[in-house]
Amino acid sequence: MKALKTSPMTNHIAGRPAAPAGGIDARDVNAWFDRHHVLHGITLAIAPRQVTAVIGPSGCGKSTFLRCLNRMHELVPGARVGGQILLDGGDIYGSGIDPVLVRRRVGMVFQKPNPFPTMNIYDNVAAGLRLGGERIRITLDEVVERSLRAAALWEEVKDRLEKPGTSLSGGQQQRLCIARALAVAPEVLLMDEPCSALDPAATLRIEELARQLAADVTIVIVTHNMQQAARVSDVTGFFLSGELVEMGVTDQIFTRPKDKRTEDYITGRFG
Amino acid sequence: MTRDRFVKEMEALQTDVVRMASLAGDAIHAAVEALRDRDVARAERIIADDDRIDAMHLDLEARCMRLLAREQPMASDLRAIAAVFTITLDLERLADHAEGISKAVKRLGAQPLLKPLIDIPRMEALVQQMLRDVMHAFLRRDVALAEATALKDDEVDALRSQVFRELLTYMMGDPATVSRALELLLVAQHLERAADHITNIGERVIYAVTGELRELNV
Repeated sequence: MKALKTSPMTNHIAGRPAAPAGGIDARDVNAWFDRHHVLHGITLAIAPRQVTAVIGPSGCGKSTFLRCLNRMHELVPGARVGGQILLDGGDIYGSGIDPVLVRRRVGMVFQKPNPFPTMNIYDNVAAGLRLGGERIRITLDEVVERSLRAAALWEEVKDRLEKPGTSLSGGQQQRLCIARALAVAPEVLLMDEPCSALDPAATLRIEELARQLAADVTIVIVTHNMQQAARVSDVTGFFLSGELVEMGVTDQIFTRPKDKRTEDYITGRFG
Repeated sequence: MTRDRFVKEMEALQTDVVRMASLAGDAIHAAVEALRDRDVARAERIIADDDRIDAMHLDLEARCMRLLAREQPMASDLRAIAAVFTITLDLERLADHAEGISKAVKRLGAQPLLKPLIDIPRMEALVQQMLRDVMHAFLRRDVALAEATALKDDEVDALRSQVFRELLTYMMGDPATVSRALELLLVAQHLERAADHITNIGERVIYAVTGELRELNV
């Protein structure tokens, strides 16, 4: 992978003057749960500001890989990671790197929408910034509005920001979680089966959102839904039994995969 | 739909494509025979029977659409369905050329043929061979055979040029022969176009097998 340089362009979501590119370079990544070796030497490059889909059958390691990308895997007791993951050229597992800062740069949205239950809509979005020490109301207001707009939720909630986040529909809650992740201006947004609990209309909105957000943020989406991967992503990687079988431009993967295992999986012959 | 049912439906599609090809090939053969025998009644039957081939085309297209909508197939499955989709269109056009030849037979009526048929039956035999070969290539997923089939298109084109040159001499020699000569020329044109459709089918066979979209015999 080419060296990823910091781009001088503005991050439209967070309004930051200089957003780094958000390219990821995984090198020989291995992961374990205790003695169970779940990822075997994953080496791949995730291009900045594109949507990369990770597909594969249950238990193939795709979610584990995603959680390695923002150092969440190590939060599980007994879990370990080996190898290197470079974010814009810097190893996120390097010595002296604060995992909390990594998670600010690499945000995550989960399978089930998980707004903070005791907080209203506004506070849910502002939570990350407040944790970072931001107290100026006008700044918070601005970021909350910008993040909710970026998550395509502003018009629906602007008159009820004080209502609990949990009062929203499932699809809205998921977009609220996306807004919360965007508020701290991440370079990368990881989406772990973000639509599996949503109806088709809400799913479509999240997919559209993922495409739009990719103009500013690198998106990595794990999905069981191959049509979703085909619709939403630029690049697709297929994982099987903890290994990366094949990675390529989405058009190629879904029309002319190179590896027979990919072909068999996406045509429903197994998995 | 389960994988088993999907596989069965794909096999049924394949069988019906071959059946349709067989009907289209028979129609071409019958049309050239009707020309040879100046059998207007037979030509009319061929024209009427074309509705059956049109109906098969619509049925196959509808089944492809249903599979696309319900199964959202990927990779080789997607390519196979996409191939059937366009192959049936080419077969339908192939049968339309049989209909076109039959219409020429009707227009000629009982008039004697301008000359004995030599190159037109040769063209027809080549078209039949190409059709058989391309269907074998389709069933066996045989890229080399699909490519070899397309090469015969050149022979058909050469025969068509030969027919044109020969008929030109008749027309120049006696303007009274022009209308009959033009009908024969039209028949040769139909056969040449039929071979082009078979070449298209060969391209789709290659796409279904390899994922590579390329023109054969350009």
